[in-house]
Amino acid sequence: MKKDTDIKSNIGKLSGAALSTVGRGVLSPSGAAPSPAPARHVPARGRSRVGESLMRIVFTVAALASILCVLLICLFLLVRGVPTIGVIGPLKFLTGTVWKPGSDIYGVAPMIIGSIYVTAGAVVTGVPIGLLTAVFMAKFCPQGLHRLFSPAVALLAGIPSVVYGFFGLVVLVPAIRDFMRHVGIDGSGKSVVTASLLLGMMILPTIISVSEAAIRAVPDSYYEGALALGATHERAVFFAVLPAAKSGILAAVILGVGRSIGETMAVIMVAGNQALIPEGLKGLFKGVRTLTANIVLEMGYSADMHRKALIATAVVLFVFILIINLLFSAMKSRQPV
Amino acid sequence: MGIIKTITDLKRHPLSLLLRLLVLAAAAFTAFAILFMVGYIVVKGVPNIRPELFEWEYNSVNVSLMPALINTVIMTFAALLLSAPLGIFAAIYLTEYARRGNRLITLIRLAAETLAGIPSIVYGLFGLLFFVTYLKWNYSLLAGACTLAIMILPLIMRTAEEAVLAVPDSFREGSFGLGAGKLRTVFRIVLPSAVPGILAGVILAIGRVVGESAALIFTAGTVAKAPQSLFSSVRTLSVHMYNLSSEGMYINQTYATALILLALVAVINLLSGLLAKRIIGGADEQH
Repeated sequence: MKKDTDIKSNIGKLSGAALSTVGRGVLSPSGAAPSPAPARHVPARGRSRVGESLMRIVFTVAALASILCVLLICLFLLVRGVPTIGVIGPLKFLTGTVWKPGSDIYGVAPMIIGSIYVTAGAVVTGVPIGLLTAVFMAKFCPQGLHRLFSPAVALLAGIPSVVYGFFGLVVLVPAIRDFMRHVGIDGSGKSVVTASLLLGMMILPTIISVSEAAIRAVPDSYYEGALALGATHERAVFFAVLPAAKSGILAAVILGVGRSIGETMAVIMVAGNQALIPEGLKGLFKGVRTLTANIVLEMGYSADMHRKALIATAVVLFVFILIINLLFSAMKSRQPV
Repeated sequence: MGIIKTITDLKRHPLSLLLRLLVLAAAAFTAFAILFMVGYIVVKGVPNIRPELFEWEYNSVNVSLMPALINTVIMTFAALLLSAPLGIFAAIYLTEYARRGNRLITLIRLAAETLAGIPSIVYGLFGLLFFVTYLKWNYSLLAGACTLAIMILPLIMRTAEEAVLAVPDSFREGSFGLGAGKLRTVFRIVLPSAVPGILAGVILAIGRVVGESAALIFTAGTVAKAPQSLFSSVRTLSVHMYNLSSEGMYINQTYATALILLALVAVINLLSGLLAKRIIGGADEQH
């Protein structure tokens, strides 16, 4: 993830003038051969012309593949999932607090709330640390350290979620369990808090790399202007540069929310997975089941209505993700640079 | 500006001091989290790397990860074989052929962004519904590879597009000037110059395939054997690791497997980083 933004920003710098609108417009005459006149004189060109238009079609089809994939995914999820929601009753399905496939009772409210809890927890833990780290990397970090730090963050982004989950299982869960013993709460240590901490750690690289890019995109004149008015380095960064980068930072947060709401394997391993709504402050140390966990845990042995209800669960998740995607695009297009 | 500005200097600005301390604390925490996690897995994993982990056949005595490792390599190749040409061709269309402001481009970008945001479990479920059930491929290498191919498509598309865009227009002008057609220019001039950037993206995609588990459990299944055909069920290393840790009986072997996965990802990241640097270095020379 980090790498992408690196490439992007650098390419942005390089290509500036060369790839301006005018240049491209002139140079890409919509695929037609550049000079039609010689084509008549050299017969060999005729074959290559067929090749040209054939490959043009191939390229176009390849470009359409992503649209086709989105349509297929929507079709299969919605066609299989939405009627089920209708059969169960939308209100009963979305607000029902009991999930008992054995007795044909399907209410996904505990899972929706579970997903929201752990995502909110991830945002609370991951965003402040991630954002401050991004500020450090963009404005406080000596170059030598940056050369070490930024691949390390990229590595954090690349670590598979099962490895995160396992780390959470063998390190975080016992730690939280000990803490709970200390304050006199029973439990296994698999809880909302554990999942939130782990997810917070998992979204760190996303938050850091996207926010850092946003902070770096703010013109230096903002910072310099603030300094000229007598602000310290810190004040200039926090009160002149950061506000200017706010849509980019918001986009980072939204991306992090998307990642944590969609995270599956890591959450399953540390969240406990009870399909109950945790209540009160102590509920934070109780187990919780997310939408994603619900699907993975039961898909393997489900059949008939149960399976359909799980697909409907995925539809709910999908709708959440689509909303988050829309928000993200909206934020990104507002970033001025 | 030095990282440790004298604190006395900041005493007159308590807010600035606080902000600086917060920033440093957050960075220290991030560094600690990375070091702790990687260090923990390395320290716990290295003593558990034993030769029997690499035996050809998996059984409950040796808990070998070799079949899963082989499956991971095959799965990666299969997914790339499907996805890389599509992604690169799509990138060529977007950069070289499509007109600016074309409605279709907006739609394609929107679709790619949507694909990029879909969580892997939704891909897994789609793969189960479409490839496994509807096309009756059952749990198979092919179903898993197709699912993953869709998953990594937006990543390959975007990085390839950036790499192709970074090729200076003078290259194209030169090629056109020498009488080459559009297609020849694309394949002989533009693509070769963009190779490092495209490869960097492809390697990132490999990283995603290697780390993926949620999308594979219900599409490729969990059989810990090297595949006999495209329709064999296979378990990749990540899925293997999930199975081990949820069984909970082989904690030592799980540490070792985690270490191998971590090492793979680290190497992949390193390669991708080096290539990304090369593309930028290469372009610098041309200026």
